[in-house]
Amino acid sequence: MTESAQDGEYDAWLDSIESDEGYFLECSNGHGWLPPRRVCPRCHDQDLSQIDLPESGEIASHTTITVPTPQFEDDAPYVTAIVDFGPVSVTGLVRDVDPDDVAIGDVVGIDVGERVTTGERAVVFRPR
Amino acid sequence: MSDPRIAGAGVTHFGKHPERTGRDLFAEAGLKALASAGIDPDDAEALYYGNFMGELAEHQGHQGPLMAEAIGLDVPATRVEAACASAGTAVREAVKTIRNGEAEVVVVGGAERMTNIGTAAATDALAIAADDLYEVRAGMTFPGAYALMARSYFDQYGGSHEDLAHIAVKNHEHALVNEHAQIQKEITVEDAIEAPTIADPLGLYDSCPITDGAAAAVLTTESYAEEHDLDASVAITGTGQGGDNLALQDRPHLAQTPAADKAAEEAYGDAGVGPDDVDFAEVHDCFTIAEVFAIESLGFYERGEGIAAARNGETTRDGNLPVNLSGGLKAKGHPVGATGVAQLATVAWLLDGSHPRADAVPDSTVGVAHNAGGTVASTTVHVMEVKND
Ligand SMILES: [Zn+2]
Repeated sequence: MTESAQDGEYDAWLDSIESDEGYFLECSNGHGWLPPRRVCPRCHDQDLSQIDLPESGEIASHTTITVPTPQFEDDAPYVTAIVDFGPVSVTGLVRDVDPDDVAIGDVVGIDVGERVTTGERAVVFRPR
Repeated sequence: MSDPRIAGAGVTHFGKHPERTGRDLFAEAGLKALASAGIDPDDAEALYYGNFMGELAEHQGHQGPLMAEAIGLDVPATRVEAACASAGTAVREAVKTIRNGEAEVVVVGGAERMTNIGTAAATDALAIAADDLYEVRAGMTFPGAYALMARSYFDQYGGSHEDLAHIAVKNHEHALVNEHAQIQKEITVEDAIEAPTIADPLGLYDSCPITDGAAAAVLTTESYAEEHDLDASVAITGTGQGGDNLALQDRPHLAQTPAADKAAEEAYGDAGVGPDDVDFAEVHDCFTIAEVFAIESLGFYERGEGIAAARNGETTRDGNLPVNLSGGLKAKGHPVGATGVAQLATVAWLLDGSHPRADAVPDSTVGVAHNAGGTVASTTVHVMEVKND
């Protein structure tokens, strides 16, 4: 891998979020996944279609991380959350809200932001 | 089909030994296991060895043959990796090898060197058990992942940080007599609640420490043990393994560990026992909440009821079903790739009466070991029983 090599479908997916055209992959039985996926791990269906990601989702769980890995040293403390968008859930960083005020069930929108420590792209959620 | 007998086992001290190489740690545990088994090392036919972060911590891949050599064996040696369940899956390979008649004597073990790289690098190395694209890049740490699961548990079933504190207090108390344990220090519920937060709602005392250590065991057939007059009264009568989506976001429930349900069901079925037959368990409490998931998946408690077990005194050493008499990962320590075999050794020693906490389970005949990898995307369960012959 060279330094400029991207992570294929993952980076393409981030690009789609960044341009407000986020999507997920759905099998014939309604199971949702994020790319890259060639088969539904739940039902073996290989006929996955690209579906628009809903505008907003609900926080399913969250934590404020105070002891980070070195790649998040200057980000800490930060909130990592899993957000339920219906058929698919996404993990990301919650921004623009006091960590103490984040709660399960909060409605958030998805975007791409920068990690403080490394400047790399990351999925971020903001209150809606 | 012969259920493998545990002929001998050995563990190093679990703790901070940054200067000790992985090969030296494993040599100590492996040689202890061979010596306590009392077998001719020439009879050993295979090594299965668990290790998770050797490339990151010691810049050392290809550890199978290295570790066989370290304990003086020239045998086919295979490293098995399943994050924190590496050694549990190694045990499973050893069990299958003996059961299918391919070998009469197999050594199984694991080692991990972690403290030499420091807390930040070890946190980083542990995090790679999660999904790199979708979890690690969103800041997920190993404690962070369990914090997400803990908050979801509280939300769905109730429970509090104070309930978790009782698990930490229990496991610290259990470790007080375990000379191999990393932490031999009594703590109070207040200590645990007031400890610094790592990833809320989890604090310092909800988390296992970072540990160097190794463990090994020698497994053999019933007939080999008889022929050689070995003292090997404990048999592995059931083995099970389950899997799950690697990333938490892809699972239907954040507060359940179905991989462990599957492993338990398979292991119980294999052994022909049920949860009610189990006298005690060693479970994978990398975080206090993980013990709750474990005892629910093992069928000892209904969903949502495991959280109160320690507080109610049911899983303490004087309770009906002692859990983690060794001190668990929480106090005994968690040298990741060695943990599954250390649990196996603990269960064998509790069953044969040679463990310092064996007085808590004097007439026990059935013990269980539960070893989980990552956020329980890999789990092994092994049932061990005393055979009186
Ligand atoms: Zn499907």
